[in-house]
Amino acid sequence: MTDVAKKRPEFRNINIFSDVRTYRLPLAGVVSILHRVSGMLLFLLLPFIIWLFDKSVSSEISFGKFSAAFAAGLWIFPAWFVKLVVLALIWAYLHHLFAGARHLWLDVDHHAITKENGRRSAVVVLVASIGLTLVLGAKLFGLY
Amino acid sequence: MADTYGYKRTVVGAHYGWRDFLVQRITALLMAVFTLLVLVQLLLVKGPIGYDAWAGIFAPQWMKALSFSVIVALAWHAWIGICSIWYDYAKPAGLRLVLQALAAVWLVSCGGWAVQVLWRL
Repeated sequence: MTDVAKKRPEFRNINIFSDVRTYRLPLAGVVSILHRVSGMLLFLLLPFIIWLFDKSVSSEISFGKFSAAFAAGLWIFPAWFVKLVVLALIWAYLHHLFAGARHLWLDVDHHAITKENGRRSAVVVLVASIGLTLVLGAKLFGLY
Repeated sequence: MADTYGYKRTVVGAHYGWRDFLVQRITALLMAVFTLLVLVQLLLVKGPIGYDAWAGIFAPQWMKALSFSVIVALAWHAWIGICSIWYDYAKPAGLRLVLQALAAVWLVSCGGWAVQVLWRL
């Protein structure tokens, strides 16, 4: 007698629009797509990053303008919004850096490429990047 | 004898990917080391970090030279990453060409600005 056991859903040719809500992405997959997202975010906000560098390093007066952006706001944006954007950049850089380091590790240590290691290292990347983001964010928003 | 040498060589893909693969990793390493360098210098500052301490980090000539190579490294690293994204999501070749051109202008402009800031010090 054939007992039809419930078949695990198989996904072929994942389509982002139809499967994104039903496909359970493994943690390594989450780290990977966030690596791409964080890279794109840094790319798009690059002029702002260079502006921050420019004002902070050019002169005492421009340094004052740099600091003022975090206290009194910038152009049409209030100070809390500027801080929020900088926090997003901090997260983006930290995630991109740690996920990138994970990439480099897996590039050189081929024996480390196992399913369990992939999951464990993905957890480390997420914990380290989000953790440090919270710590630096608390400092940025004046919590300590 | 095989007829795939010289002008009959089969060349497919974008430079076989080797150069971009290596450049991405090497520029990443350089930028990571640079990050560490700046971080260490910041942590060695006593008290709150004011303008003098911060700008002082980028003032020495060796630091300017290193920062310059990091700016170039960042531009190239970002270029490879962004091209990968365009390649994955922008299927029509014409659209991809426009996006790549825009990305190139974006990165070159940003790079130029950053170098300008560095040499104002």
